[in-house]
Amino acid sequence: MEKSKANINYDDVVIHVDKVSKSFGDLHVLRDVDLKLYNRENLVVLGRSGTGKSVLIKLISGLLNPDRGDITVLGEVVNRLTDKELRALRQRIGFSFQNSALYDSMTVRENLEFPLVRNKRNLSRAEIDREVEEVLEGVGLSRAINQMPSELSGGQRKRIGIARTLILRPDIMLYDEPTAGLDPITCLDINSLINEVQERYNTSSIIITHDLACAKMIGDRMVMLLDGKFERQGSFAEIFDTDDERVRPFYDYNFIV
Amino acid sequence: MKRKIENLLLEFARIHRFMMRFLREVVSPPYEFKEIIRQCYEIGWKSFPLISLTGFIVGFVFTKQSRPSLEEFGATSWLPKLISIAIVRALAPLVTALIGSGKVGSQIGAELSSMNVTEQIDAMEVSGTNPTKFLVSTRILATTTMIPVLCFYVAGIGLLGGYLSIAGKDDLSFLAFFTQVFEAIAAKDIFAMVLRAVVFGFTIGFTSSYIGYYSSKGTEGVGKAANAAVVASMFLVFIEELLIVQILSLVG
Repeated sequence: MEKSKANINYDDVVIHVDKVSKSFGDLHVLRDVDLKLYNRENLVVLGRSGTGKSVLIKLISGLLNPDRGDITVLGEVVNRLTDKELRALRQRIGFSFQNSALYDSMTVRENLEFPLVRNKRNLSRAEIDREVEEVLEGVGLSRAINQMPSELSGGQRKRIGIARTLILRPDIMLYDEPTAGLDPITCLDINSLINEVQERYNTSSIIITHDLACAKMIGDRMVMLLDGKFERQGSFAEIFDTDDERVRPFYDYNFIV
Repeated sequence: MKRKIENLLLEFARIHRFMMRFLREVVSPPYEFKEIIRQCYEIGWKSFPLISLTGFIVGFVFTKQSRPSLEEFGATSWLPKLISIAIVRALAPLVTALIGSGKVGSQIGAELSSMNVTEQIDAMEVSGTNPTKFLVSTRILATTTMIPVLCFYVAGIGLLGGYLSIAGKDDLSFLAFFTQVFEAIAAKDIFAMVLRAVVFGFTIGFTSSYIGYYSSKGTEGVGKAANAAVVASMFLVFIEELLIVQILSLVG
């Protein structure tokens, strides 16, 4: 079942990728790509492995710089900001990494406290504890608070990774392969969590995936990255209503094979 | 060939940028006192058992090996002076730096490299934390302060080893030994020791942080970074030792 798009504000563009190109040596990953993300929209970016999907969100979060073009996030051109301005903007962007990227020398509590303590230095101990407990409860893992990341399962690590980004109450969430390497039931849990996050925290999100079940469940709109360009855009049905042999195998593998 | 020269120049440019970032972050607030203290504990305190054993053995063995040469001239009474000058001027900073390169350098190289591979450094960056300030500056400051502290300790424990080696053969009191030691050491020897230790400490911290921070991806990258951190730190320590000896002998 596809999602309702009732809450999306199409007058408010929160991310605008404007004619952006990115190469690594002779490898042209993105070629003059254009993309808009609207307020409270979940946008799914589909594409084969190694086609530059993760590069796109690393460009949006300022981890990489584009060779050409501009990326505007919440009204600020990311590739023209100073380090200090970029750090301030990043507090409004949550980034959930493919492998969760939890700090493995810290407990779950310390992982969650880390961004909070470092960005909001005037918070009291009680306020920090309350925030940590609230986001942990939000992802359904209150009992894991004193565990080390190595003691958690893949799905739990994903949840903690998402909780760590939520603790700063971001306006935008960037998910890199949120269901990669997880069993189908845990995938469904993570997909539900992504939808819950959108509703509860009013976030706009870009979700990088090649899991079509995930895409169908959480995406308001989809784009497919083919040969460095977004050649197909639209709803799930619109994307796959084609005989393009670069696109059909995605659908066939996920729903027929 | 042209590509190799280009890569070398790019590497130098990256080292220069890394150094500038470190210098900028280390002086600008907010200061990471808590993390610096944690790193001092990790780097300094946890090295004490290894450094104690090594320092003691170096002092003991050096004294034992020096005895026959002095015996030939009937000058074994000069042993305390000889070993104190050798330990304070050369052995203590060098031994501390080499043990530090092996233990601390590999630890920093592997730790930062592993964080890089598992995207923990990127995670820090996107959560609004400056990883150069939090991860790199703190480690470099910790090695720069803790290697001199460990160096003083190695000098002390090395001299103790030397005393025990002498006391095994000669009738020399502890007090008499250390009186001779302090008579032999001048202020400039202490200064030279501290200078060496500070330079070596900075080199170990900077080199291993740089290598770990920019390691290649994959688990192989972690092993390579740990190895490269030790090799590069030791190599640079020896080069610096050579330069410092030349400069100090010119200064007098």
